[in-house]
Amino acid sequence: MQLILESLFNGLAIGSVLLIAALGLAIVFGLMGVINLAHGELMMLGAYSTYVTQLIFKLTPLKQFYNSYVIVSLVVAFVVTAVVGIVLERSIIKRLYGRPLETLLATWGVSLILQQFVRSVPLAYASGLICTILIGLIFHIILPKNSLTYSQARIAKVSSWVFSILLGLLSANWLSSSISKLGRASARNVDVTAPSWMRGGFDLWNITFPVTRIVIIVITIIAVFSVTWFLKQSVWGMRIRAVTQNRSMSECLGISTETVDVLTFGIGSGLAGIAGVAVSLLGSVGPNVGGNYIVGCFMVVVLGGVGNLLGTIIASFSIGIMTDLIGAGRLLTIWPDMPAPLATTVDFFATTSMARVLIFALIVAFLQFRPSGLFPQKGRMVEG
Amino acid sequence: MSITKRLFVGLSTIALGASITACGGSDQSTSCVDCDDQVTVGILHSLSGTMAISESTLVDTEKMAIEEINAAGGVEVGGKKYEIKYIVEDGASDWPTFAEKSKKLIDQDKVPVVFGGWTSASRKAMLPVYESKDAFLYYPIQYEAQECSNNIFYTGATPNQQSEPATEFMFKRSPAAGKPFFLVGSDYVFPRTSNTITIEQVKSLGGEVVGEDYLPLGNTEVAPIIAKIKKALPNGGVIINTLNGDQNVAFFKQIQDVGITPDNGYYVMSYSIAEEEISTIGPEFLAGHYGAWNYMMSINTPASKKFARNFKKRWGSDRVVADPQESAYNMVYLWKAAVEKAGTFDDNEVRKALIGVKFDAPQGPVEVMPNHHLSQTVRIGQITSGGQFKILESTNGPVLPQAWNQFEPSSKGYACDWTDSKKGERYPL
Repeated sequence: MQLILESLFNGLAIGSVLLIAALGLAIVFGLMGVINLAHGELMMLGAYSTYVTQLIFKLTPLKQFYNSYVIVSLVVAFVVTAVVGIVLERSIIKRLYGRPLETLLATWGVSLILQQFVRSVPLAYASGLICTILIGLIFHIILPKNSLTYSQARIAKVSSWVFSILLGLLSANWLSSSISKLGRASARNVDVTAPSWMRGGFDLWNITFPVTRIVIIVITIIAVFSVTWFLKQSVWGMRIRAVTQNRSMSECLGISTETVDVLTFGIGSGLAGIAGVAVSLLGSVGPNVGGNYIVGCFMVVVLGGVGNLLGTIIASFSIGIMTDLIGAGRLLTIWPDMPAPLATTVDFFATTSMARVLIFALIVAFLQFRPSGLFPQKGRMVEG
Repeated sequence: MSITKRLFVGLSTIALGASITACGGSDQSTSCVDCDDQVTVGILHSLSGTMAISESTLVDTEKMAIEEINAAGGVEVGGKKYEIKYIVEDGASDWPTFAEKSKKLIDQDKVPVVFGGWTSASRKAMLPVYESKDAFLYYPIQYEAQECSNNIFYTGATPNQQSEPATEFMFKRSPAAGKPFFLVGSDYVFPRTSNTITIEQVKSLGGEVVGEDYLPLGNTEVAPIIAKIKKALPNGGVIINTLNGDQNVAFFKQIQDVGITPDNGYYVMSYSIAEEEISTIGPEFLAGHYGAWNYMMSINTPASKKFARNFKKRWGSDRVVADPQESAYNMVYLWKAAVEKAGTFDDNEVRKALIGVKFDAPQGPVEVMPNHHLSQTVRIGQITSGGQFKILESTNGPVLPQAWNQFEPSSKGYACDWTDSKKGERYPL
């Protein structure tokens, strides 16, 4: 019993990291059909924004709230990566809809640019740039366009951008002067330290449950529920689903498909940011952190069936549990008097490297029988 | 494109440009005032890609050593003083690039020596180039040995200068003495070779290795490995860690969460964690665990302190020095000494002159041995909460290097000697 419980928890822990990382991709790839190879780098930006938030919470006025910085950084990471995602969508991806190969190459290029960007630009200035874009976008939305004449609107637009650039520069300067670590460019990996309440674990039924893992599981559950609620219940969620099913018909019915695209991509990217927070709690944060997850993300989405959230959830947890069962050699413990030839085989695959090989092989075999994953899409859009 | 969009793109480009120029510092270099001539050497490390983080520290150290030599009057050959100039090439963390850039440095720039490399993979890629062109590479990293080229000079530790004394310490004198071992590493040549040696050694000491596991490079999911360790070592024990770079962070963060800590009787001995890595991972995760090196920043001698002080002065007060950097620093000075001893920059003469050259390194005296490796002092340290090593023991003087390992069955009974044309790369003892 204890063994099964421990295995289940470990599988859940591994699976929830996979799921939170793949959730954004499931939306972007599943709903929009965009193969976003820069998804990992958006996670990386999320992880870096956690790092910056952590450093800001070490400054004197905020020090007393240090323990809660993780919660704040979830919001910060979501906003930062959503903004970057929106810029990415508006500048590159919107020109490439319906051309998956070009999107693949372009986003791969973007991922390289983003990696080099965090290596060679000091984080303070990167934060300043994101502040500029964010404030500029907010102005863009709140400006009362209808009540102004054309020339007034132009002046308002230009001055709002000038104002946001000034604010961006100010924040960059403030960051680089008050936190010297952010003022210099560095390719070195940085470290996010979990607040003291998140370190260690608690013991229950002779099993140690690490708090960080539990926090990640909770974050994942909340993210999954909010995404499901948003897509199923809200008006914009309904519009997103409508556009996914039939773009031209939705357009005819008065849905602004451009806004839907921006929104979908923004949410997908924002979820990548939240995944970045989770990942930063487990390991170190560096320019390459995203690349480590991108293959796993695509694996989960493809296995689950493109465009199906339930499939993504089941796929990530089954991969998680399999990784634990095979990699940690638990099969032998569960069934100790296995026939000898089988036992040697299981033992052979009971290392982390070989477990990965076996899981990939099993997925490839599975896709031979069900090429569209666990829950294939049905209906009109499959052809379109 | 509307006017505002163009404005926005323009302004953001300017902001980006400004921020990039703001961080580009000026490159100061000390030149030799009364030198008669110049000699150009090659420096070949990764300045981009995964390995850039580690390898750029070596470039910094090598530049510092060259500047020091220049400031002290350069290299004196045949009564003439030469100022050292350098060409830095980027290996880009890509092994074939290392071979390509080596060819460029040898054929096009005609440098007499190349200082370069970090990973064993990059060295294995460069080796055929140097052997076919009969050029000379100086390689500064502690590695798995089982190699002894006439065209490479290895200033890092061989296993008998790092992992073997460390294993013996853990088995005999650490708080976990006599307990079983578990081996964890990244999945590539160094950890696998190193662990084969450790398994043989633990066997001969009468101990027990209860498990080993390797994490594929780039994978940071350590949960299955932790589950295995807990199962294999229920009552504490020794964990020998040869994980690479950022995989260490995930490993140490997560073993602490499940209670694999020194307080509970688990002691990790790491072969790839130096001061630089301690500051990245965070001493709060590492305090109480062990490391083994030839040089540690906490060595309390004037030479060691001067080395650390000069490095901080040159590159910033928050920088640290560690074993790989010391090794890179030594190799520049050893090359200079060999050139002055030979009286020429010619490779073949320098190679002969190099054997027997001594140097007062930051770690203490070192000497070049006939097998192209260095005799070095070995130190075992415990990581403190201040991010440094507390040196627990150090060998009585330098330990002789073994290019061919004496625990590994395939190389047992062999040695390397380049001073004797009959012996060469590999001969039976």
